[in-house]
Amino acid sequence: MAKIGDYRKDFDILNSGDYVYFDNAATSQRPNQVLDAISNFYRTANANPLRGLYDWSMAATEMYEDSRRVVADFIGAKTPEEIIFTRNTSESLNLVAYSYGLDNVSEGDEIVISVMEHHSNMLPWQMVCKKKNAKLVFLEPDEEGVISKEEYESKITDRTKIVAIGHVSNVMGVTNPVKEIAAYAKSKGAIVVVDGAQSTPHMKVNVNELGADFFAFSGHKMLGPMGIGVLYGRKELLEKMSPFLTGGEMIEYVTRTDATYAELPHKFEAGTVNASGAVGLAEAIRYLQNVGFDAIEAQEQKLTALLMEGMSKLPYIKIYGSKDPKKHCGIVTFTIDGVHPHDISSVLNDDHVCIRAGHHCAQPLMQFIGAGSTARASLYFYNTEEEVKIFLEKLAKVREVMGYGA
Amino acid sequence: MELKQLYREIVNEHNLRPVHKGKLENPDLVMRGINPSCGDDITLQLKIENGVITDGKYVGSGCAISQASVDMMVDQIIGKSKEEAIKLAGTFMGMIKGEITDEESIESLDEAASLQDVRHMPARVKCAVLGWHTMQEMLEHPEKANDKVEE
Repeated sequence: MAKIGDYRKDFDILNSGDYVYFDNAATSQRPNQVLDAISNFYRTANANPLRGLYDWSMAATEMYEDSRRVVADFIGAKTPEEIIFTRNTSESLNLVAYSYGLDNVSEGDEIVISVMEHHSNMLPWQMVCKKKNAKLVFLEPDEEGVISKEEYESKITDRTKIVAIGHVSNVMGVTNPVKEIAAYAKSKGAIVVVDGAQSTPHMKVNVNELGADFFAFSGHKMLGPMGIGVLYGRKELLEKMSPFLTGGEMIEYVTRTDATYAELPHKFEAGTVNASGAVGLAEAIRYLQNVGFDAIEAQEQKLTALLMEGMSKLPYIKIYGSKDPKKHCGIVTFTIDGVHPHDISSVLNDDHVCIRAGHHCAQPLMQFIGAGSTARASLYFYNTEEEVKIFLEKLAKVREVMGYGA
Repeated sequence: MELKQLYREIVNEHNLRPVHKGKLENPDLVMRGINPSCGDDITLQLKIENGVITDGKYVGSGCAISQASVDMMVDQIIGKSKEEAIKLAGTFMGMIKGEITDEESIESLDEAASLQDVRHMPARVKCAVLGWHTMQEMLEHPEKANDKVEE
């Protein structure tokens, strides 16, 4: 059996110099297998999928639709028609907000999200609420990032039409009790939208076990290319929804004034699709399945424990979220007393350590936890203990660079 | 100058021991400047008499480069006419963007010229110019410069 460290050789960029890449929650790196699959599509099967009646177009269609089947199996969808390819999580969530939200939310209704949401699972719902005079209700976590049963049971009510919740917070790293929240939301007649951008790269996901009516994620955070994302939607819901974008290859019949729309999933995929992106994503999924989520989680938890243990020795560092490294999904968000996160990131970059600093597209959460901005180190299975050691060594020097003591 | 040297030799002093940070009594112009993507947030307050900046202070928070830059800037513009200050802002922003490189112009910025290597750090350009941009905006559009000062 392959060891977890064996996979790193597949990532040229990680082996190209002495950079420590700890910004995986923003985007992951891609293995050569994925890059080759993308290249292979263009080299061997490139034609516009879904249209042509000739061999190359049919080959392109086959590769594209095969990728859809791979995605459907990966997240436990019942049929491939439940998989819509989009550009990314943001587009997936916008699709649900525009095509489902605007038609199913009325004045006085409520949409429930959490204060931990990424802006991409917040702004579309703000839009729906503004247009429909509906109310946006926020679930608030405790200090460790946990949304309690009392909290969601008090805020999800008969007025709730949609509950939109992040599976894993991109700041706290906490995994929300989505299954429990979804079950409760259903009992109140609401539908459940899950932002899986931060969970799908790190854990086995089954949309039916979770109870998700919609589930969105991005390819680029899980070894796939940028520009390909997924929206899973329960077939009964997707069938009733109007198209999000209109145009090419999403129609059945078009006259000068009217059109009937294509069947699922094409109804939601207007224009020439990102076929090479879908092929790359399918290859990324095969790669992740080959590594195995048990091995991925084990490596991430081992590294996170080392990271948090080392950071806790520096008294001027505050770590957000759970004290338990197992509950961070590889994400460690922190601040250093007296040093602005942008300065932390710049100083670390000088030492070839890449981390994120800022508000992480979650400004309401920053306000909630009382931080203007924070720094974030986020790991993936291809990171190493050696890299954690380098990170800790460099991190310990930041305050000195910033003029605090010798 | 590399980044760590820039911090150690120039930025840290102004960031940790600012000279012009605080609230100004009865300011004539007050404007808040924010970099939404980083969270740098300053409120600049100026006193103007007969077209000359007679005093200035700022409050706010943000990264060391943004705070040090505004502190140096206030030092530089006190005693200057509005027109001179606006011209200096143009020079500073031109220098940071790499559009102004002649030594004479850059020397006119006095200590603020020491931030010129920020032009090699694209991610930090917005931090360095925040104070200068705010000052230019409030002098050119004084009718907009009536923000509240919150400490």
